[in-house]
Amino acid sequence: MARVGVFICHCGENIARTVDVAAAAAAAAKMPGVVYSADYKYMCSDPGQQLVRKAIADHKLTGAVVAACSPRMHENTFRRAAAAAGMNPYLLEMANVREHCSWVHSDRAAATAKAIDLIRVMVEKVKRNRGLRTITVPVEPTAVVIGGGIAGIQAALDIAAGGKAVVLIEKSPSLGGHMARLSETFPTLDCSQCILTPRMVEAANHPNITLMTSSEVESVGGFVGNFEVTVRRKARYVDPAKCTGCGECWSKCPVKNIPSEFDAGLSRRTAIYRASPQAVPNQPVIDARHCLMLTKGRCGVCAKVCPRGAINFKDADELVKVKAGAIVLATGFELWDHSAYGEYGGGRIADVIDGFAFERLASASGPTAGEIRRPSDGAEPKTVVFVQCCGSRDEKAGVAYCSKICCMYTAKHAMLYAHKVHGGRAVVFYMDVRSAGKGYDEFVRRAIEKDGAEYIRGRVSKIYRRADGKIMVRGSDTLAGTPVAVEADMVVLADAVTPRPDARTLARMLGVAYDADGFFSEAHPKLRPVETAVAGVYLAGACQGPKDIPESVAQASAAAAKTLGLFARPKLEREPIVARVNRITCAHCRACINACPYKAIEDFNILDRSGKVIRVVANVNEGLCQGCGTCVSVCRSKSVDLDGFTDEQVFLQIAALGPEESGVKSRGSS
Amino acid sequence: MEKTETIAENARAGFEPRIVAFVCNWCTYAGADLAGTSRLQYAPNVRILKLPCTGRIDPLLVLKAFEGGADAVLVSGCHPGDCHYTSGNYHARRRWSVFGKLLAFAGIDGRRLYFSWVSAAEGQKFADLINSITKEVRSAGPFDPVNPARRRT
Repeated sequence: MARVGVFICHCGENIARTVDVAAAAAAAAKMPGVVYSADYKYMCSDPGQQLVRKAIADHKLTGAVVAACSPRMHENTFRRAAAAAGMNPYLLEMANVREHCSWVHSDRAAATAKAIDLIRVMVEKVKRNRGLRTITVPVEPTAVVIGGGIAGIQAALDIAAGGKAVVLIEKSPSLGGHMARLSETFPTLDCSQCILTPRMVEAANHPNITLMTSSEVESVGGFVGNFEVTVRRKARYVDPAKCTGCGECWSKCPVKNIPSEFDAGLSRRTAIYRASPQAVPNQPVIDARHCLMLTKGRCGVCAKVCPRGAINFKDADELVKVKAGAIVLATGFELWDHSAYGEYGGGRIADVIDGFAFERLASASGPTAGEIRRPSDGAEPKTVVFVQCCGSRDEKAGVAYCSKICCMYTAKHAMLYAHKVHGGRAVVFYMDVRSAGKGYDEFVRRAIEKDGAEYIRGRVSKIYRRADGKIMVRGSDTLAGTPVAVEADMVVLADAVTPRPDARTLARMLGVAYDADGFFSEAHPKLRPVETAVAGVYLAGACQGPKDIPESVAQASAAAAKTLGLFARPKLEREPIVARVNRITCAHCRACINACPYKAIEDFNILDRSGKVIRVVANVNEGLCQGCGTCVSVCRSKSVDLDGFTDEQVFLQIAALGPEESGVKSRGSS
Repeated sequence: MEKTETIAENARAGFEPRIVAFVCNWCTYAGADLAGTSRLQYAPNVRILKLPCTGRIDPLLVLKAFEGGADAVLVSGCHPGDCHYTSGNYHARRRWSVFGKLLAFAGIDGRRLYFSWVSAAEGQKFADLINSITKEVRSAGPFDPVNPARRRT
């Protein structure tokens, strides 16, 4: 016989203001199976919890219902209290009479009636609850970090420093990401390569880090503690064990006119190439789309000149399976393509470039060795116009959000330009200057006051090339209220920061949510900014939203801390809400096996004494089952049920909502 | 006989619809929580029953709800692509498109069964949804489980 206790919380005035808690407690006391009912001002407080614990012990309760806030808030609190009193924690349920009742209704009578209904529903459920035991699963103490930019490198190094194994997966042939392409970094103007390349080398050489470049995630299976990541290691056509990076091959390669991705198209590379002289690993790969041997079957110069015989034209993609306990997503960003802005030349004017191209021009390792030369004719531009918010804060043609880093890097560009081209004129068009951060606003002030950048508040309406070669930039000065036209030699557009186009595919593989713009969603915008809604998957860097380097590094370290925290436990505890199969009635139609999104249901052979298979039924793997219950509703013979949400429980809950408290009988029988 | 009279009296006194909402734990339940924390007021006619996922919501549960005296049933879960369990809401969507047709074939008014996506961020949408459903069910009148199509005999 069930002995249920009902505990109704006033939540100060939050519940008691609209719900007559005393009346609800009196009504609950009359519900069948309820042997104890009480209300208290703050049930979650220490005396409140003691009240629950005492009642459980004194009245030998077999179930408890706490009518208070949302279970998301305090279910764990009360379940811990129940466990402390010797009751199985899964025999305690919460009726949500605050978020779902007192806060959303003002009519006291209606709210009280609804609260009583909600309590009755949970009393019916708890009477049929089974005491469950948490399921423990082993944890594979290896982390997979997807993305080898600064965020991925930082996360990998921190996890490796904690003594755990890391597999660092990078799509391109080299580590470093976007940061490796930057000239200098705000607000200190220290050289990006100087601070990044030692980290790249450290990551590549760390004994705990397995580096997989030219590799992409193909699929992800499993769950927290036990992910299985399938990685496609793309064909490189160069044997990394033999190659010494001597450079004979790329200096002799006849295909020399491929625009360099690393230099934003400002220089040319060969078909066998390395991304940059600082690439890690410092070994070339063959670009199969341009290699004459791979496309036309003739050439092979690189193979002839390679002193180590490292070239292998027969190399093929390879699928590698990695077992991992946690995954860190650090896939980074891309710049918005400004060719969508027809009024800015639609990407067809050679001297209208994006921020990365300017970074390469200003970089000592770039195509111009750090001299500012415009792409069309190599002349030194005497006037450069910088346009902020290109694509950002433009719901119609671009993106609605602020890309956050552009104000700072544009100020840096204007400053670098002033340092390198003496007597040059830098004009910045801006909507607002958003330079919140340590030393950031001072940096922008310095660009304006010390380095003489002309800041004009207003949007640029048109950019075009005049017949004499000058680039005309027309806009308005919204502070002066006048139209402005600037004759420029080069224009730098601060394109919006956007997520990678293939980020959504990766998100779907993992079950990670992404927002309307395509950035990965964190589990909670304030309190869980590093975790995703998928347990064991963490976020680092600009894949979550526009971020500068210090923010990306901070989040990467946080993701590493979360990962190490997860690995610190030898076993993981899981909610024991799993499906169960009734082997007597199961007809083995396989409907549940096909419907299960986790491949958690498998065939189970029932043997007779001689070991002969007499029947095959479905069986749920508790380690894989996440408790969604999809199998329950597809089962034709009603042989699958879900712990905590059994058909019987839900039917009784529904019946508890009928008129006169037993709706099944009342109207049906009249 | 007495019961019938009570219902008739209720109908005269002003019909208050009973709406049973089957919601998923991750999106709509949290959306309803958000409506609460935002103090959005909505009609007190709905009773929320939480299940892990819309994929768990069997058509049988809906029939049981009607049998138990509900005047309307709402099934609500995560938006397509956002299911916490990857694909439960797609199973649900397929199921409801068929089940809705079956109910219509049985003569049950379209104002009895509602299907919706409400995310954890859509507290306002949840409140608006409950208000609009309550209004529609009010216009449809009480559901009669004995003669659901309300055919005259």
